[in-house]
Amino acid sequence: MKKNRLFFLLPYSLWILLFVIAPMILIAFDAFTGSHGEFTWSNFVQFFSDTTFLRMTLNSFWYAFLITVITLLISYPMAYILSHMKNQQFWLLLIILPTWINLLLKAYAFIGIFARDGLVNHFLSFFGIGPANILFTDFAFIFVATYIEIPFMILPIYNAICDIDPALINAARDLGASKWQVLGKIIWPLSRSGVESGIQAVFIPSLSLFMLTRLIGGNRVITLGTAIEEYFLTTMNWHMGSTIGVVLIVLMLIVMLTTNRKRHHQEVR
Amino acid sequence: MKKKHFVWSRLYMAIVLFMMYLPIFYLIFYSFSSGKNMSRFRHFTWAHYVTLFHDDRLLAIFIETIMLALLSSLVATLIGTFGAIAIDQAKSKKFKGILLALNNILMVSPDVIIGASFLIFFTALGISLGFGSVLLSHIAFSIPVVVLMVLPRLKEMDRSLIDAAQDLGANQFDVFSKILLPVITPGILSGFFMAFTYSLDDFAVTFFVTGNGFSTLSVEIYSRARQGIDLEINALSALMFVFVLALVFVYYLIEKRRRFKKAPKRG
Repeated sequence: MKKNRLFFLLPYSLWILLFVIAPMILIAFDAFTGSHGEFTWSNFVQFFSDTTFLRMTLNSFWYAFLITVITLLISYPMAYILSHMKNQQFWLLLIILPTWINLLLKAYAFIGIFARDGLVNHFLSFFGIGPANILFTDFAFIFVATYIEIPFMILPIYNAICDIDPALINAARDLGASKWQVLGKIIWPLSRSGVESGIQAVFIPSLSLFMLTRLIGGNRVITLGTAIEEYFLTTMNWHMGSTIGVVLIVLMLIVMLTTNRKRHHQEVR
Repeated sequence: MKKKHFVWSRLYMAIVLFMMYLPIFYLIFYSFSSGKNMSRFRHFTWAHYVTLFHDDRLLAIFIETIMLALLSSLVATLIGTFGAIAIDQAKSKKFKGILLALNNILMVSPDVIIGASFLIFFTALGISLGFGSVLLSHIAFSIPVVVLMVLPRLKEMDRSLIDAAQDLGANQFDVFSKILLPVITPGILSGFFMAFTYSLDDFAVTFFVTGNGFSTLSVEIYSRARQGIDLEINALSALMFVFVLALVFVYYLIEKRRRFKKAPKRG
């Protein structure tokens, strides 16, 4: 039996060692070394003393925050309505389907839609508002990112709402609660776990959508993800790239710990 | 009153769904236009599809991308299933927790971090960038999702089945192939499916580790889209949409058959 267990464990632990632990150590190593391989704090000193880096970090978080909030506002009602539909499996499939279309193709579609003589500007000029520059603005970036993330927010919330014991809702109704009271006092608190995993599923990828900032956001370095891509693949300064990477990992951990703590808190209550 | 509410919620859902599909159908619509861009529909033409089918480079990339997805998801499914069994068999709770935490690291890491750290890793090992490095990366980032798909099946399994089989004289291999495997097969299949779509969909990680020689569909679309609008990409996206629909249909059939098989047991 023991031999058997090793047989299953060996390839898997090899994967963990090579592709989970080793890359993490290497990126941290690169972040703390200079161009001659010596240990140094200078990359981090440079990062935290340079206002461009700090502004970019803030920007990155602000955009990810906006994307997450807008996605949540659109997705929560959607998940709620979906959980009351007939043929839920079918509608669910309809919502998941766009996620299987390649992300780049969807981004590419928006290049056409937001173009100067594209769909949106046609629509705007129909109402007499002249053609506007939409492509290559921050608005376009946030819009497209939200568009891409919506299904990933709907799904966990929908699952959480479906997990709520219908007896609780019936009991509240019997006791005279209005529809909005049921929503605010029962469904919303009980679907919090879904909202939290939705936030995690949207916020973290939003920090690294560098292809969108390149294609839609007008090729400016505005997020941490874009900066990492630039340092690794364009300027080839891997040490600085790794430093930004380590900062991103730490910030990400903070986000995850705070969203998880809330859940814990809720359980205690 | 209730009816009114119903209408509003339907309307909301219709608008959101419309917005979700608009870009996709916008692309497909202009793939039939004889113009040069996505702003004015000239007249109907198949020309872009003809160009697409004569574009040997793009066709080769398309086939390579599918092969890559198949190969990487097969290997990832194998290692991931083993991993799930190993995690399930772990005796101490602490060890299990550590394995699960390590498993989830790649699930929650942003793509750029995975791509960048793999790039450092491959360079440190002296592995040249190309098909090999992309394949290894795709296997690596697909393994955790397979584990997460298989693990619940193992947890749900009735342990006494294994004990009974062993009492009746089944050897290790029998227990694995006749009891364990059939129970977790649905998990393995959905793990494989997820791994396949992860691989097909990936752009960021591939972009980091691909080097110059090898390109996947995502990377190719990215580099073409950066140069501007090319209606050949529209034709490609129409084909991919049909491909995805076919995949969904197959998946739907599998699910239906599975439920059909399960149903008599319940009744």
